[in-house]
Amino acid sequence: MSLSSCGSSSICSLSSGILVANDPSSKLSKRRFTPSISQPGWKQRRDSSDNNRGVSKVFGYYGLKSPPYKLDALEPYMSQRTLEVHWGLHHRGYVEALNKQLEKNDSLYGCTMDELIKVLYNNGNPFPEFNDAAQVWNHDFFWESMQPGGGDMPTLGLLQQIEKDFGSFTNFKEKFTEAALTLFGSGWVWLVLKREAKCLAIIKTSNSINPLVWNDIPITSLDMWEHAYYLDYRNDKAKYVNTFMNHLVSWNAAAVRMVRAQAFVNLGEPKIPVA
Amino acid sequence: MVAIAVAAGITTPLTFPLFPGFRRSSRSSQLRMSQKAGHGVITGKFELRPPPYPLDALEPHMSRSTFEYHWGKHHRAYVDNLNKQIAGTELTGKTLEDVIVATYNSGNLLPPFNNAAQVWNHDFFWESMKPGGGGKPSGEILDLINRDFGSFEEFAKEFKTAAATQFGSGWAWLVYKDKDKKLAVVQSPNAVNPLVLDQVPLLTVDVWEVINQKFSVVHSLRR
Repeated sequence: MSLSSCGSSSICSLSSGILVANDPSSKLSKRRFTPSISQPGWKQRRDSSDNNRGVSKVFGYYGLKSPPYKLDALEPYMSQRTLEVHWGLHHRGYVEALNKQLEKNDSLYGCTMDELIKVLYNNGNPFPEFNDAAQVWNHDFFWESMQPGGGDMPTLGLLQQIEKDFGSFTNFKEKFTEAALTLFGSGWVWLVLKREAKCLAIIKTSNSINPLVWNDIPITSLDMWEHAYYLDYRNDKAKYVNTFMNHLVSWNAAAVRMVRAQAFVNLGEPKIPVA
Repeated sequence: MVAIAVAAGITTPLTFPLFPGFRRSSRSSQLRMSQKAGHGVITGKFELRPPPYPLDALEPHMSRSTFEYHWGKHHRAYVDNLNKQIAGTELTGKTLEDVIVATYNSGNLLPPFNNAAQVWNHDFFWESMKPGGGGKPSGEILDLINRDFGSFEEFAKEFKTAAATQFGSGWAWLVYKDKDKKLAVVQSPNAVNPLVLDQVPLLTVDVWEVINQKFSVVHSLRR
């Protein structure tokens, strides 16, 4: 399969665990990479032709990123048990499955996670690796979308933008909750910044799909797979969603992402200085 | 670990071609027709059908509390929501299978589809299991399985793989494909079931995560 170069990724984020060198001139191929060796942490792949002296091959893998808080930090709203199962088993399982699949297909090496997802999505005809890659990304994003002592309201620019695009924060909350409760099957609910339309929007996706595949910028997310809430809330989805909005969602993280997003999307009228 | 049993609901031997009446409309739902005196209004409401065994009958493989949630809350919610959705529409008075096919709308799902299909799927799922189930089938079904899968072990392997690889929520089925005149194992996402694909379901296992949570916590993560 032919893939476009990963080098010029516009959304640059560290994939879980390893530094990836973005060499704009390198094309993905089955041959080895020759990035600048001074990049710290870069694990270089070598052909077997280099290895006649019995040096073992080095591969780059994705690692399981820990949530930015201890596993019991979200009690009593999300129990430690849930984190242990959700992060320790499910999320870890996705990472390991992804690494196993990548082992077989080394032309995918060198991508940042964002690029990997777009490439694997293949415009709606996803490759088998897509589900695992996307779920790894989705869960990294989800843990960071929450914090102990979360909830409350956003402030400053993010609040202004929400009020502009939804009327009021209360209305946004209602729409977000409605999207979460009307999602059938497994999936996610997102607050995104749409690039073309230059506004915030709420979207829900099935299974492992995320807004990166449409080139939109996610600001925060909520996992509506049953494994995310069943241990704590059983079938009471409404309670789970409300708890998330009131006690878990990290508006700090969302604000940071919003600031970063504005480097790519111009939300305001251009301020043309008058002489 | 999945508790699979020969479908308890099939009592007639399979003779081919399967007669169209196989989709027994009275089987899967108790359609209650009530008539308001003097107004001539007939309303049909679907009812929540209990499994054909007590809620603790499948211990220790599937616990009573699983049933209390899965049947008592989830299945019940599907029935209640379906009734709410079809009240006052031309779908009332139809059999459950007809509602499913009508709202499947050739893939362009109408809102009642998810609820209707899930009601049917769960009815079928409870009947696909029985206390002391498992083991091997016998008679005509075994002959057909051997013919179309090679051996029972092959079928079991394929069925388990289908169940384990369904991403997200869904179901795994043993069906009879009328077109090809043979048995097959299929998987379906969310609420979709073989009725809409013109296949005849024989056996199913629910692989929505809610049913697996217990397995994943108590046994291992392998579905």
